[in-house]
Amino acid sequence: MRFIPALALAAAVLLSGVGSVGAQELVNEIGNVTIEGNSKIDMFRPEKDQETIPRNFQKQPPLIPHSIKGYNITQNFNKCMDCHSKERAEETGATKVAKSHYLDREDKKQSNISPRRYFCMQCHVPQFDAKPLVANTYKPAAKRGE
Amino acid sequence: MMSLDKFTPAWVKRIGLATVAGLFIAGIVFWGGFNWALEATNKESFCIGCHEMEENVFKEYQNTIHYTNRTGVRATCPDCHVPKEWGPKMIRKIQASNEVLHKILGTIDTPEKFNAKRGQLAQNEWKRMKANDSQECRNCHRYDYMDYTEQGNRAARTHPQAFTDGKTCIDCHKGIAHQLPAIDQHIGKQNDGAVAISHGEKPAEPAKEEAKPEAKAESK
Repeated sequence: MRFIPALALAAAVLLSGVGSVGAQELVNEIGNVTIEGNSKIDMFRPEKDQETIPRNFQKQPPLIPHSIKGYNITQNFNKCMDCHSKERAEETGATKVAKSHYLDREDKKQSNISPRRYFCMQCHVPQFDAKPLVANTYKPAAKRGE
Repeated sequence: MMSLDKFTPAWVKRIGLATVAGLFIAGIVFWGGFNWALEATNKESFCIGCHEMEENVFKEYQNTIHYTNRTGVRATCPDCHVPKEWGPKMIRKIQASNEVLHKILGTIDTPEKFNAKRGQLAQNEWKRMKANDSQECRNCHRYDYMDYTEQGNRAARTHPQAFTDGKTCIDCHKGIAHQLPAIDQHIGKQNDGAVAISHGEKPAEPAKEEAKPEAKAESK
């Protein structure tokens, strides 16, 4: 059995020599479509801007109800914070960053937003017209008192 | 022949009709040449002819809506950075000789050097656009003709408010075509004390040491 990985390795080395042939056979993670067949035109489109989307469960990170095209988060500047920071939220009418974002990893409150919350889209996601890949029957737990 | 002679001014007679015609043609050639040279330095291909522009600002710009978009209408470097009217254009062109000097000195000839100067360069441009009421934006984007029903909710809500407040495009739309310099947004310590961005309330200035506590007090 031990020679099988060696065989696979040899095959891989051989195939890498004809890389272009190998690439065509690759399928992407969405399904049984070759990378070349995955046309950009059919990709998902962002949904139109909408009002605040209700949460599905308690403490769910709120969803982003608007387009974020061209909104970069770089080392120099966080575009989200241009409206959602507590200094700016009132003027822009945006949802203010929650207090939890000011806690460091020891749960101590800081005067500034914690750097571990810097990448907004790790938790908050924009909405696209993508259909769910797998059906699900999730129902939120009843709220307290219901 | 007699009538023509009567209408010819004295100075034309003195230097001769051929000389006058010659001067006239020379004038056209000189003016045409001057304009041609001016236009040649007002092309994107000229701007990105130097690697300072091509490696830094032009690359960033290629990811933005002013470079690639649905309808393929685009703005080139001079559309935003060189005024269209003759007078301001001449002034800007003369000021640009300073840029030639720094090209020779190599002030920003590496991405590292460029990024070190990014804050200053950005603020120069913000100041210029604030002073001329974002004229270069308004050459194409006229708010009198904006159809708010076609705009997104946020834009439709914010634009009329901002115009009422007397704000100009650059007050809010900074960093739309190029990456921003380090901005102090009160997130961690990363950009603490960097440039404080303004949204038209106060002039954009580097947060000075004495100005910093004041800005923090404001936010409370």
